[in-house]
Amino acid sequence: MALTHCHVAVQPHDFDVSAELDRLTQGRTGVGAVASFVGVVRRDALPAPAQGGAAPHALELEHYPGMTESSITAMAHHVAERFELDGVRVIHRIGRLMQGERIVLVAVSSPHRRAAFEGCEMLMDWLKTQAPFWKKEHAGQDSHWVDARESDDDALARWGEVPGGVRNAGGLDGRRTLP
Amino acid sequence: MKIHVKYFARVRERLGSDQQVDWAPEPGAATVGDLRQWLCSQSPQHAEALGPSHCLRAAVDQRMCDDDEPLSEGAEVAFFPPVTGG
Repeated sequence: MALTHCHVAVQPHDFDVSAELDRLTQGRTGVGAVASFVGVVRRDALPAPAQGGAAPHALELEHYPGMTESSITAMAHHVAERFELDGVRVIHRIGRLMQGERIVLVAVSSPHRRAAFEGCEMLMDWLKTQAPFWKKEHAGQDSHWVDARESDDDALARWGEVPGGVRNAGGLDGRRTLP
Repeated sequence: MKIHVKYFARVRERLGSDQQVDWAPEPGAATVGDLRQWLCSQSPQHAEALGPSHCLRAAVDQRMCDDDEPLSEGAEVAFFPPVTGG
């Protein structure tokens, strides 16, 4: 089943989840299931500033322009073929985000629910360790880069072979090809 | 060979966002790993930012790769920390 609808966007501005889900079903007679994930900046994730501090906590997202869009699109097609999805929409924000703001949307559609659940989950597991974004946390005058987690590599490995997949947390020196 | 090197995140903070290099590798020694070793020899800042302790990743022409990936003239090579999107 060919992917009929693929939309990938990397952008600073917020998105409307409901409108994005509607776009996966409009005019699609074979679609019986839509599954989605929204990542949000956790309110407890950012440390308290050392001393008072007027600046609010924020998460800053950097990315590799060109590679983010092309790699997510390629993976969307791979996941769509594996699970026979009808549509995929991925939106990932960049720039400075505050606590509670939406970071990412992964939404997929298919005739039946199991394909939709699994396609959405695999695409999100892939994105966590393969899409070139980097998060930096700001709290007042303090800031630090977020560390990658081995548990995210383990999550992707559960899905078996992934095209071009390279273990993330170990980097070039601790490299182990997935799975 | 001319290589366009890009850096991101913590590596970019230390070395800048990118640099054009004119690299003359030994015959049969033109991989991502060879380039990284050569870059480390260019300055103490490079050695510190690109050294093994950071578990860096790499991409060639915007595709993730490992140390063995061969390089050719005009390639775009990026070095960056493990990714943390999503």
